[in-house]
Amino acid sequence: MSKTETKLVPQPTTNLIPERDADKQPILEALNLGIDFGGLAAVDDFDFAVSPTEIAGLIGPNGAGKTTVFNLLTKVYQPSRGTILFDGQDTLSMNSVQLSRAGMARTFQNIRLFDNLSVADNVKVGLHNHINYSMASGVLRLPSYWKAERAANERVRELLSIFGMEHLEQAQAGSLPYGAQRRLEIIRALATNPKLLLLDEPAAGMNPSETAELMDNIVKVRDMFQIAIVLIEHDMSLVMGICEGICVLNFGKIIAKGTPSDIQNNTQVIEAYLGRRAEEGRHDAEGE
Amino acid sequence: MSVVVPKLQQLARKNLRTFLPYAVVIVAFVVVSVLANGGNISATLRGQLVPICAYVVLAVSLNLTVGVLGELSLGHAGFMSVGAFSGVTACIALSDTIPSQGLRLVVGMIIAAICAGIAGFLIGIPVLRLRGDYLAIVTLAFGEIIKNVINCLTIGKDSNGLHFGFLTTVQDLGMEADARVIINGPIGISNIPRLSTFTAGFILILVTLFIVINLVNSKSGRAIMALRDNRIAAESVGIPVTRYKLMAFVTSATLAGAAGALYAMNFSTIVATKFNFNTSILILVYVVLGGLGNITGSIIAATVLTVLPEMLREFNDYRMLIYAIVLILVMLATNNASVKALPAQAKAWFSRVVTGSSGSPGGDASIEADPRPDATVVDHDNQDADEQDDVSEVILDV
Amino acid sequence: MAFLSHLISGVSLGSIYAIIALGYTMVYGIAKMLNFAHGDVIMVGAYSCFFMVSRYELPAVVGVVVAMVVCTILGVTIERLAYRPLRQAPALAVLITAIGVSYFLQNSALLLWTSNPKVFPSIVGNGSLKLFDGQLSISYTALLTVVTCIIIMMALTWFTSKTRMGKAMRAVSEDKGAAQLMGINVNATISMVFAIGSALAAIAGILLCSAYPTLSPTTGSMPGIKAFTAAVFGGIGSIPGAMIGGILLGVIEIFGKAYISTQLSDAIVFLVLIVVLLVRPTGLLGKSVQEKV
Repeated sequence: MSKTETKLVPQPTTNLIPERDADKQPILEALNLGIDFGGLAAVDDFDFAVSPTEIAGLIGPNGAGKTTVFNLLTKVYQPSRGTILFDGQDTLSMNSVQLSRAGMARTFQNIRLFDNLSVADNVKVGLHNHINYSMASGVLRLPSYWKAERAANERVRELLSIFGMEHLEQAQAGSLPYGAQRRLEIIRALATNPKLLLLDEPAAGMNPSETAELMDNIVKVRDMFQIAIVLIEHDMSLVMGICEGICVLNFGKIIAKGTPSDIQNNTQVIEAYLGRRAEEGRHDAEGE
Repeated sequence: MSVVVPKLQQLARKNLRTFLPYAVVIVAFVVVSVLANGGNISATLRGQLVPICAYVVLAVSLNLTVGVLGELSLGHAGFMSVGAFSGVTACIALSDTIPSQGLRLVVGMIIAAICAGIAGFLIGIPVLRLRGDYLAIVTLAFGEIIKNVINCLTIGKDSNGLHFGFLTTVQDLGMEADARVIINGPIGISNIPRLSTFTAGFILILVTLFIVINLVNSKSGRAIMALRDNRIAAESVGIPVTRYKLMAFVTSATLAGAAGALYAMNFSTIVATKFNFNTSILILVYVVLGGLGNITGSIIAATVLTVLPEMLREFNDYRMLIYAIVLILVMLATNNASVKALPAQAKAWFSRVVTGSSGSPGGDASIEADPRPDATVVDHDNQDADEQDDVSEVILDV
Repeated sequence: MAFLSHLISGVSLGSIYAIIALGYTMVYGIAKMLNFAHGDVIMVGAYSCFFMVSRYELPAVVGVVVAMVVCTILGVTIERLAYRPLRQAPALAVLITAIGVSYFLQNSALLLWTSNPKVFPSIVGNGSLKLFDGQLSISYTALLTVVTCIIIMMALTWFTSKTRMGKAMRAVSEDKGAAQLMGINVNATISMVFAIGSALAAIAGILLCSAYPTLSPTTGSMPGIKAFTAAVFGGIGSIPGAMIGGILLGVIEIFGKAYISTQLSDAIVFLVLIVVLLVRPTGLLGKSVQEKV
């Protein structure tokens, strides 16, 4: 994968998106987003935009509020303030299920698979809203059942093959090795046919070669499906390698936004990761 | 070849899972029918045949709520009760309209199923918002409420049609002299037409299996199991929680209603207090011992545990005590790591004695011991498949 | 005056529920299990006292002490033999085991003492306190019940907040693993909770049978279920919650019987429980726990 630095251009709001999508509406825009837990602002003044084909990164030290941002975007938590526009639509009155149907999919930091179901069934649950037959035709095994199930099985195999997991189709999801579980979560999210994919630490627990493969696959997925991807990740080689726009959170607030090279040279970011004392100048954020 | 063979094996295993319950039921029906025709079945067992069918249906339907949906229900007998009373009422009310006994039974069971389904829907809407033990206690509460309400109900029939009363006596219904009292408050229903037959029970079991197994192996069933395994993840892929929880709960209630009607029409009288908390627990025991989500297990457990107390009749007073002890021991044997390891230890010891070799002591046992390192976080809805198989095997041994 | 009289019997019945509910709630708090056998421990306690007082004609105090000792031993034994081996097992397995224990106790009682109900003499006699020129009478049993309940409540509050064992108990119910790492003997702490809960069950059994003087092997089941409801009502795991839940439940039951319908009083109790849980899904004083995502 050849890596070229993307130029970020400003949106009408304070956000930055890659130049190639400048004339398109961002798939996701968060404005002044915030949530309080027991009077304490866990996330505050979060402004962020993602363009339709961007791979964006959300980084920051532990406890900075990155996963909370994902939970706000997917409405696992209800924001205390601020606006989220998904595909130009205000998501204020939407819940997780409606957002999923609208095209937002995610994975979880602590893997949340359907452990007792097979790999294929996990993906089929992801396809749920694209399999069209009623409960009655399912119970009575009407032709619509067989047709839709056959199509679903094919789609499952296609999706699994992207990550080279077709041979694991019948394995129980809970018994898969860690890396395979993370990949399966991504496949399940992709099965919902999303416009935006949120990946919460996709490389956690993976070894360097698995991580390198994952990087290729994330880019491949973006190119194949032409979707936007936002990822939370601590592995800086992955973030700096594939993200076009990066947003850095610390203590619930954005401290920097920009291209990977902007972020690598940002003194505030270095401070956030290494502490105030580290004033040796050139440090890339990898030293976490 | 090397690719095809495992694939075929997988296919076979999957089909076995699907068809085994049918096979078990059909074989059992044929064997029992042949034995019964030859007069080789005791009168007590003959009397138990319809209740066994009813309990099998109840266990399979409760398994849908507890095993597949993963929510503990302690009020299943309530739906059985709704079905029993509405079904019998319908059958008595229709005695002139539908002369055919078989057809009347079918219509009665359908009405029973519908009434229980409606009750399940009304109860499910508030109940399914709650989680875990809170949900369990509310199902218990609803079971008790249903029992109480039916206890206060009077229904009678005369030439003007049906008369309903609540908290009133039969006299208050103001019926004509030739009236037939159907439900008489706490006295319940007497002179029930005994329409239920073993064949009817067998057919109801097949219908239940068809509905439950096909539901589980469809889009809806996957959604329900996804909710059980991980609610938040299921929501994140667009599965509406309430809808699928209700679907499982109402289906379960509907089947329980039909089973209730079958059960009631095997006796000449029924009272609401029969369908109490203890009956709900009885059905739950079948499900847990048969294995959560294991349909064949439910069938076998319901049958064995209905017959077992009868077979223990020679122990007379001690039989329920034995039942209790067996229950506790089975739970200990199937869920405790060190007890589970005993057979392996015994095997290792035996092979040492036989071969005279001094292999590593207890080597096998340590491998057998607790296959699940994360057992502490396993919730009741996450019991794994291997364990369920163990449970049903133990039942067979009993 | 009738209202006041109903209120008093409601509070009195509620106090019994509260004492039973305390046992449920403490066990749930620490072992995270629904101990369905608790109701039957009540029955065993009542029988023990009955035999001491009626058969051997010993003073009531001896009866109470013996009942408490018997129940404590019984509770700890049940925990040791049936529940401790299942500490790592799925919750449903433990629940079924508890039901098995409940059947075991009921059927043992049936064999030992037959199903013929025994007439239980109130341990404080049948006298009553007359107020307002005899318009309002409060039985000594009711007075004793309410006073006992208040004393137990205060003692438990003091115990859990001030003593070492009480603090250990709270620590274990928060996090077993962490408590163990801090040097707390988790098994001993859980045994102690079962001991306390069972001793309370003995007291509750005696008070229950003093107020409603028939004793049979199934005496404990319905009050057990109601007290369990009370514990959930107040927020299971919460000691003041069990207290409030129990008393409210008793009052609702008596008022329901007096003003609505005797036949429907149980239905009313359960209906109120459902309404409360719909408004507050974890009970009146229960903590709502947000799942970590």
